[in-house]
Amino acid sequence: MRDDMSHLTEEDLIAYHYAFGENRAAAEAHLAECAACRANFEVLQRTLTAAGSAPLPERGDAYGAEVWRRLQPQLAARPGRWLGLRWGAWIAPRPMVLAGALAVLLVAAFFAGRFTRPVETPVAPLTSAATSAQVRDRILLVAVGDHLERSQMVLVELVNAKPGAALDISAEQQRAGDLVAASRLYRQTAERVGETGVASVLDELERVLVEIANSPSKVSSPQLAELRKRIESRGILFKIRMVGTEVREREKTAQPLTGARKTS
Amino acid sequence: MDWMEGNDAAVVALVLGGEQDAYRVLVERHSRAVFRLAYRMMGNEHDAEEVVQETFLKAYRSLKKFEERSAFSTWLYRITSNCALDLIRKRQRHDDKRAPQPPEESEVVAQIATGDPGPDRLALSGELGKQIYAAMRELSPMERAAFVLRHHQGHSIAEIGRLLSLEPSATKNSIFRAVQKLRRALEPLASPAR
Repeated sequence: MRDDMSHLTEEDLIAYHYAFGENRAAAEAHLAECAACRANFEVLQRTLTAAGSAPLPERGDAYGAEVWRRLQPQLAARPGRWLGLRWGAWIAPRPMVLAGALAVLLVAAFFAGRFTRPVETPVAPLTSAATSAQVRDRILLVAVGDHLERSQMVLVELVNAKPGAALDISAEQQRAGDLVAASRLYRQTAERVGETGVASVLDELERVLVEIANSPSKVSSPQLAELRKRIESRGILFKIRMVGTEVREREKTAQPLTGARKTS
Repeated sequence: MDWMEGNDAAVVALVLGGEQDAYRVLVERHSRAVFRLAYRMMGNEHDAEEVVQETFLKAYRSLKKFEERSAFSTWLYRITSNCALDLIRKRQRHDDKRAPQPPEESEVVAQIATGDPGPDRLALSGELGKQIYAAMRELSPMERAAFVLRHHQGHSIAEIGRLLSLEPSATKNSIFRAVQKLRRALEPLASPAR
């Protein structure tokens, strides 16, 4: 703070604006008399108003329920061990927990280079029994392959949608929303083990799915074109197909799983 | 019991007493505010969503540490801030491939999300948004956090200091530096036309 003859510093003005200055009354008195400082203060206020006016995406009334839907499966898994290596505990009728478990195996498999370099020997750290390793790999590959296919279908439908006056994409939105949490779990697990390549593709997929899920249920032709452009510009479909192909190829080389259901 | 009728502290007590589903009330009640804070600190929806998710997970796991003498929302925002700071630091450490999206992308998503762009609004927010985005990126994580908590959340210096583990003088300095940087970047937009 300066004496009456000096102008207020920038810090004085900021402190005054945010009401944490120690000599607020003195600053106020100075501003009342000093046109230069008053002008300076007005510019500061306009700057801060501009800084606070950045566009902010809105979340609707249903957002809390959506967050809860994504969160709840993880809460169930957390009180004990979060993504700990307890396979037996994961094989439970909780899809997201299973997805997390599968993500661990997916990343471990990628980490071991098994998708690009098929080997017959099971990855030692995953299991001590070859048979259980095959079972896990088989479940994993089917689940990941299905996840990528489902994601791909949503994206393809949007990319191929015929532009019209207004298009209802609520079905695609719902499906994208359902896929987001699974993608996130896969991606977070991949990041945790340092498998950046897999994480990168899943990250891009997750972003696109979130955008679709948060779009209005009815989009105009320009909005659809923009959405389509964004999907195509990222090349996400190509990346999904590439990773999906790798997964399916690996699936073919894996031992058949007795009684396993092969989905397509 | 009607959980929606209870206050936050009562709901916390229910969750700690074993009614896990009661946590849903807290999630639904605070999600949007947490998202807004996360978005402002992170600058993009993707990272903000991750912060939201992590915030509620951490809050759930730390629920026993919640003390009723502070508001649950304040406690939650502290976790949000810390999650956001953690993610920012992580991004920096890993030479961030997933840096905040370019403004064009964020704005398009924002416009689609609100569903009511309008050409004027789009043009204005586009230009302004770019400037603000660039300016915010010049702030250090601590400066951005301090600024957001003061400017948008309206927290006191003492509260911000507690949230960011800073002394009051350091908290003020972070805000000073943030505003000074923003002013240098945005003043051309705010100055009267010459």
